[in-house]
Amino acid sequence: MIETLRAAFVIARRDFTAIIFSKSFFFFLLGPLFPLGIGIAAGGLGSQVSRDIDNPVIGVALSPAEADKLLETRARLTRSLGSKSLPELVLLSNFEADEATIKAKLNSTKSLSAILSGTLARPVLTGSERDVNRWQGKISLMAETALSQPTPVEIETRLVGQTGSSSERNQLITAQAGQAILILLTMILAGMVLSNLVEEKTNKIIEILAAAIPMDAIFLGKLFAMLGMALVGIAVWTTTGLSVALLVGGNFDALPSPAVGWPIFGVLMIFYFSMAYLLLGSLFLGIGAMATTVREVQTLSMPVTMGQLLVFFLAYSSITKLGEPVEWFAVLFPFSSPFAMIARAAQMDNIWQHGLALLWQALFTMIIIRFSVMLFRRNVMKSGQAARKKGLLARVTGK
Amino acid sequence: MLAPDPEFAIEARNIVKRFDGEAAVDGIDLTIRKGSIFGILGPNGAGKTTTLRMLLGIIDPDEGERFLLGSPDPISKAHQVGYLPEERGLYQSMKAYDAIAFMGALRGLPLAEGRRRGRAMMEQHGLGAAIDKQIRQLSKGMAQTVQLLGTLVHDPDLIILDEPFSGLDALNQGKLERLIRAQADRGVTIIFSTHVIAHAERLCEEIAIIADGKIPFKGKVSDARDRLRPQVHLETRNLDGPWRSAIPADCQPLGHNWHFTLPESGVEPLLHALVEGGAGIESLSIERPGLHDAFVQIAGEAVARKMEADANNNGEEAA
Repeated sequence: MIETLRAAFVIARRDFTAIIFSKSFFFFLLGPLFPLGIGIAAGGLGSQVSRDIDNPVIGVALSPAEADKLLETRARLTRSLGSKSLPELVLLSNFEADEATIKAKLNSTKSLSAILSGTLARPVLTGSERDVNRWQGKISLMAETALSQPTPVEIETRLVGQTGSSSERNQLITAQAGQAILILLTMILAGMVLSNLVEEKTNKIIEILAAAIPMDAIFLGKLFAMLGMALVGIAVWTTTGLSVALLVGGNFDALPSPAVGWPIFGVLMIFYFSMAYLLLGSLFLGIGAMATTVREVQTLSMPVTMGQLLVFFLAYSSITKLGEPVEWFAVLFPFSSPFAMIARAAQMDNIWQHGLALLWQALFTMIIIRFSVMLFRRNVMKSGQAARKKGLLARVTGK
Repeated sequence: MLAPDPEFAIEARNIVKRFDGEAAVDGIDLTIRKGSIFGILGPNGAGKTTTLRMLLGIIDPDEGERFLLGSPDPISKAHQVGYLPEERGLYQSMKAYDAIAFMGALRGLPLAEGRRRGRAMMEQHGLGAAIDKQIRQLSKGMAQTVQLLGTLVHDPDLIILDEPFSGLDALNQGKLERLIRAQADRGVTIIFSTHVIAHAERLCEEIAIIADGKIPFKGKVSDARDRLRPQVHLETRNLDGPWRSAIPADCQPLGHNWHFTLPESGVEPLLHALVEGGAGIESLSIERPGLHDAFVQIAGEAVARKMEADANNNGEEAA
C-alpha cells in the first residue's frame, strides 16, 4: 500500500509540475475571466438586440390639433412611466387617412409598426394583428389622458396581413436563427480540428507525410476531411429534425421568409457554414498543430471556444445595424463574415454580395493555412533536442 | 545557382542548418551518384538526420542549395523517392496492406494498385498472415517491415533510409541488407544513415563520415581504408638480429609476436630483409585496415567511441 502511494506520488509530482510550469497553464489561470466576460457581453448584447428589434413606432394620422395633444400627452406620461413604456409616435403630416393609403404606407415604411387614424374619441389603429393587440391598450390610455376623460376610449382595429415593419422583424428573426444555427454548428464541429494533427505527431507519421506531399496539402486534406464529416453530421441532423417536424405536423409555411427566399437561403447556409468551418478550422488546425500533447490541446480548447463566442457576439450585435460601420466590420472581419452575411441574406435580397463575401472568406482561409503551415514548418517540423523542448508559446511565436 | 549535374541523385552545396543559433549542419557539400549505395556514418547528434531531412525537403537549409534528382524542390520529386524515417510511424488503426498502399498513394501510386502490391509484397516477405491485421496488432519488427515495404511500394528511383537497422535483430538486419542489395541491383540509388560501420562496409560503394555537422571524409570505402597503411602481424623464432632494422625501431614484441605498420617501401623489401636478416619467420600476415580503423583516424577516437555507444544503446550491433 505504501509502495502504491509512493508511486502515485511520483506520478502526481511529475504531472503537477509539468502542468504548473507549462506556459499553457497561463491560459488555464485566465479561464474564469472568459465566461465572466462572455456572460456580461451576452447579457448586454441580448437585451440591446431585442430592444433594437422591438422598437415600435406608430404613425399618427389625426387632425393636427389632436395629434399635438396626443404627442404632448405621451411626453407627459413617459416622464412618469419611462420612455420605453410607451410606443414612439411619429406625426404623419399631409397624410390622407383612408384605408388604402394607410395600408400602402404600412407596407412601404419599414419603420412603422401601425398607424393611428380617426379621432381621439374614436381612434382607429391599423397594423398587423400582433402589433395592434400589443399597442391598443396603451393607445387607449394615451387617448383617455389626452381627452381627460375617465371612461375608456374604444379603439377600432383594422388588421393587415403584414406590414413593412412586421416583415422586417420576421426577417430579423430569420437572421438571428440562421446565425444561431451557424455558430452552434461551427462551435460543435470546428473545435474538433484542434486535435487533428496530434495523432500524426504522436505516431511520427508527420515525417512521412511531410517528406511526400506539400505541407499545405496535409493541412487542406485534414480540413476538408473534417468539413466532409461535419456536413454528413449536419445532413443527418437536418433530415432527422425535418422528419420529426413533419411527423408532429409542423407548419413550415409559418416560418418567416428570408429576403433572398428559402432555397437560396438554404444554399447560402451550407456555403457560409463551410466557410465559417474552414476559416475557424484552419486557425484551430494551425494552433492545434503547435501542440504536441493532448493536454496542450485540452488547455487550448477553452480560449478557442471563447474566441468563437466573441466572433459570434460581433456578428450578433450587428444584426440590427445593416449598413452601419459595426455591421460592415462584422462583414469584412473574416471570422465573423459568414455569420454577418447569413444575417444579410435574411434581410437583403441582393445576391451578388454573397459571391464576393464567399471569395473573400476563401481567400482568407488560404492565407491562414499558408501562415499556419509556415509556423508549423518553422517551429515544429525541425529536428534537434532544443526544438522539441520548446514550450507551446515559444513554438507559436517562434521565439 | 549552378545547374545540377544529371549524373547525381543528390547534390548539396554548402548547406547549413542552425537551431537556436547553433549549427546542426555546418556547410556540407555532398554529391551522390545515381545507382549507388551510399552510407552516411556518424554518431547521434552529428547531423545525419538533419542533413537527410534537408535533402528530402522536409526542412529547408538556412544557407546553401540542394538538388534531389535534379530539382531544387525535393517534394516535387516525391513520387520517385522512398523514405524511411528514423522515428517509425504508422496509423495504428490501418490494416497492414492498406498502410503500404497509403504510403504509395502519398507518392502518386493509385490506391487500388498500392493495395494489390501491398498484399503481394507482404506475402513475399513472409507476412501473409498479417495482411489484414491492424498495425496495432503487429509486433514491432513486423510493423517496421510494413513501413519499409511502404517505402518501396511505388518503385522509387531513390530510397533514403534513416537508421534502417535500428531496432532490428540479426535475422532482420540480414534480410534488410539483402533487400537493399536487391534494390541496388535494379538501379535504384540508396542512401542510408547508420551508427554501425559494418553495415556501411558491407553495403556501400561510397560513404560520408559526418561529425559535428561537418563531413571530414566523403568518398569510396576503399579510399577511406587506403588512408591507413596496412598492419603487419609477424611471428619470429629469433628476437634479435640484423632483420630488426627492417621493422620500426619502437616496435616491441609480445612474446615472439610483432605488430607494426607496413613500411612505405612495401611488402617485398620487408620480406627480403626479414629472410636475409635471419628473423626465422614462423608466420607473417598483412592486414588491410578496416573501415572502423579509418573512421577512428578520420573522425577521432572520441567520435568513434560515441558512435559505438549509440549503436549499443539502440540494440544495433551489426549482425
